[in-house]
Amino acid sequence: MSTPLETLFTTVRSENRAALIAYIPAGFPTQEGCKKVIQAFVDGGVDAIEIGFPYSDPVMDGPTIQAAADRALSQGTGAKEVFEALKHATDLGVPAVVMTYWNPIEKYGVEKFAQAISDNGGSGVITPDLTIEESAAWTAAVAQSEINSIYVVAPSTKDARLASVTDHCSGFVYAASLMGVTGTRTSVSSGAPDLVARIRKSTDTAVAVGLGVSTREQAKGVAGYADGVIVGSAFINKLLESEDEASGLIAVRELASQLAQGVREGR
Amino acid sequence: MTTTAENALAEIAGHFGPYGGRFVPEALIGALEELDAARIFAQTDPTFIAELAELHRTYTGRPSIITEAKRFAEHAGGARILLKREDLNHTGSHKINNVLGQALLTKRMGKKRIIAETGAGQHGVASATAAALMGLDCVVYMGEEDTRRQSLNVARMKLLGAEVIPVTSGSRTLKDAINEAMRDWVTNVETTHYMLGTVAGPHPFPSMVRDFHKIIGEESREQVLALTGRLPDAVMACVGGGSNAIGIFHRFISDESVRLIGLEAAGDGVETGRHAATITGGSPGVLHGNRTYVLQDANGQTIESHSISAGLDYPGVGPEHAYLHDIGRAEYRAVTDTEAMEAFSILSKTEGIIPAIETAHALAGAMQVGKELGPDAIILINLSGRGDKDVQTAAQYFGIPL
Repeated sequence: MSTPLETLFTTVRSENRAALIAYIPAGFPTQEGCKKVIQAFVDGGVDAIEIGFPYSDPVMDGPTIQAAADRALSQGTGAKEVFEALKHATDLGVPAVVMTYWNPIEKYGVEKFAQAISDNGGSGVITPDLTIEESAAWTAAVAQSEINSIYVVAPSTKDARLASVTDHCSGFVYAASLMGVTGTRTSVSSGAPDLVARIRKSTDTAVAVGLGVSTREQAKGVAGYADGVIVGSAFINKLLESEDEASGLIAVRELASQLAQGVREGR
Repeated sequence: MTTTAENALAEIAGHFGPYGGRFVPEALIGALEELDAARIFAQTDPTFIAELAELHRTYTGRPSIITEAKRFAEHAGGARILLKREDLNHTGSHKINNVLGQALLTKRMGKKRIIAETGAGQHGVASATAAALMGLDCVVYMGEEDTRRQSLNVARMKLLGAEVIPVTSGSRTLKDAINEAMRDWVTNVETTHYMLGTVAGPHPFPSMVRDFHKIIGEESREQVLALTGRLPDAVMACVGGGSNAIGIFHRFISDESVRLIGLEAAGDGVETGRHAATITGGSPGVLHGNRTYVLQDANGQTIESHSISAGLDYPGVGPEHAYLHDIGRAEYRAVTDTEAMEAFSILSKTEGIIPAIETAHALAGAMQVGKELGPDAIILINLSGRGDKDVQTAAQYFGIPL
């Protein structure tokens, strides 16, 4: 059986475009605010949503997502809020996954976590710091709960290893466009097309590109060679920069709509 | 050897039982594999071995001596107290053992820049020193809170030509300095070596850093045998990440009669929640790239640690210690700020040796264990660092006007 995420990539491939995937941490700017952001994503035309599990030591994240995670954590955001936000997204009919560092999964219980994703309608989990060598328990749990396991690969990942990592991926392969942490960049790394091409040699699974995408033009560029475009920090910046929640939500919806056009203009 | 001792030395693919391993962004795997290959090659490469030995002889000041602390022993139940004087190493602590090894590896890997994290500043100073010696660029990440507690060491690093970046995220201490160093490394891994300062982090760091420090135990085992004719009853060291402790423990692991005792920082007391005693008061989890004991809450978020000692103020611990604890080969106890500062004062006044506050935790532990074991016992303590950097903190603590 396909997850909603897998179905989405089948659909966008048939429409000859890329999917727009938007990221928001649970509990940011508040738990209720997060639900409104999810609604704004959907209204703006986002195809799939990543719910971030805010973590105290996010080594893959730049200052923007760190700030959002800090705010969410200071309001007591934990597993309960993550699953609640996930359910909010999937209840709206949009495919959704959780992105989390490994320790919160281990603390929650590996099998229990995978099952909670499935129970809340989630399609899978992105694990940026879980290496395939440490993944045995997780691989069994995602198979049991019939959800996708999504790993992040980088430009430095060598071909032989790329094949092993993508073997563990379902739903999509998360291609980090550059060597670095999350955050907006003035241009998307020139290493990204090469990485995506290398990934495609080892797998038919969809490939989504993240790190540094923030504008319609950048989304259009990435959509030219990838199946999905992932945007996180740019949305969070809109919320951090806005004077109040209402104007932040308008800005999020507007950016989503711009990016949604971008992913349709790439080919 | 019994099964316990054999198990204690078993290390499979970067794992110590269930601990260790690699939990890192895929971007770092290539660099970790390159480092692992370089350090394994170096272990049996006569040129590398000779180069490092020569540096230790002519630069570090090895072998470090053993000092018998007879007047201090009166405060430790009359047990025979032997101090392994790592404080007399160049830069004032054991940290130099590791950085010289890693700096040589950095050059072999063709990298020109090193980054390091530091808590107390000892590892930062050691890294800046090694970088100066070998002509490498050096950036040190240090929690903003720690740059205040250890301003003297910040100045030392700058004098040595390093750039010191105060880290303002999270708790602004060692754990956040490691996060920031990891972010730098993910971004600059092509040109940069992360000179991690303790036996934590992803494989191969826990094994590699231990191997550069195990000379402490190798030397002191011979020295104690020569001096006393027998093995010590207990070997003791403070444990933050645990590098000085694993360094002195490792050679003694197969000596089953020798108790290995690590002293963690209990801060205000483990029961208060304001402590850094990870094994005593934490639970298994993943932090900074390895599975180990972690101070964490119900959601797996790291809990901020507390200790008067910046170098022990860390909510994780090396995975090998986690394993030695679980199989019962080493014991871990917790020492409060108050107990550590009392031992700090006693050693200063009885032996004329001002220890680092980190090291004072081991001394406080030895005062307890000496009383438990009595006057026939021989206790070897790793005097891991000197207290010059702590003069300001100690003066404040004891009410001495500056």
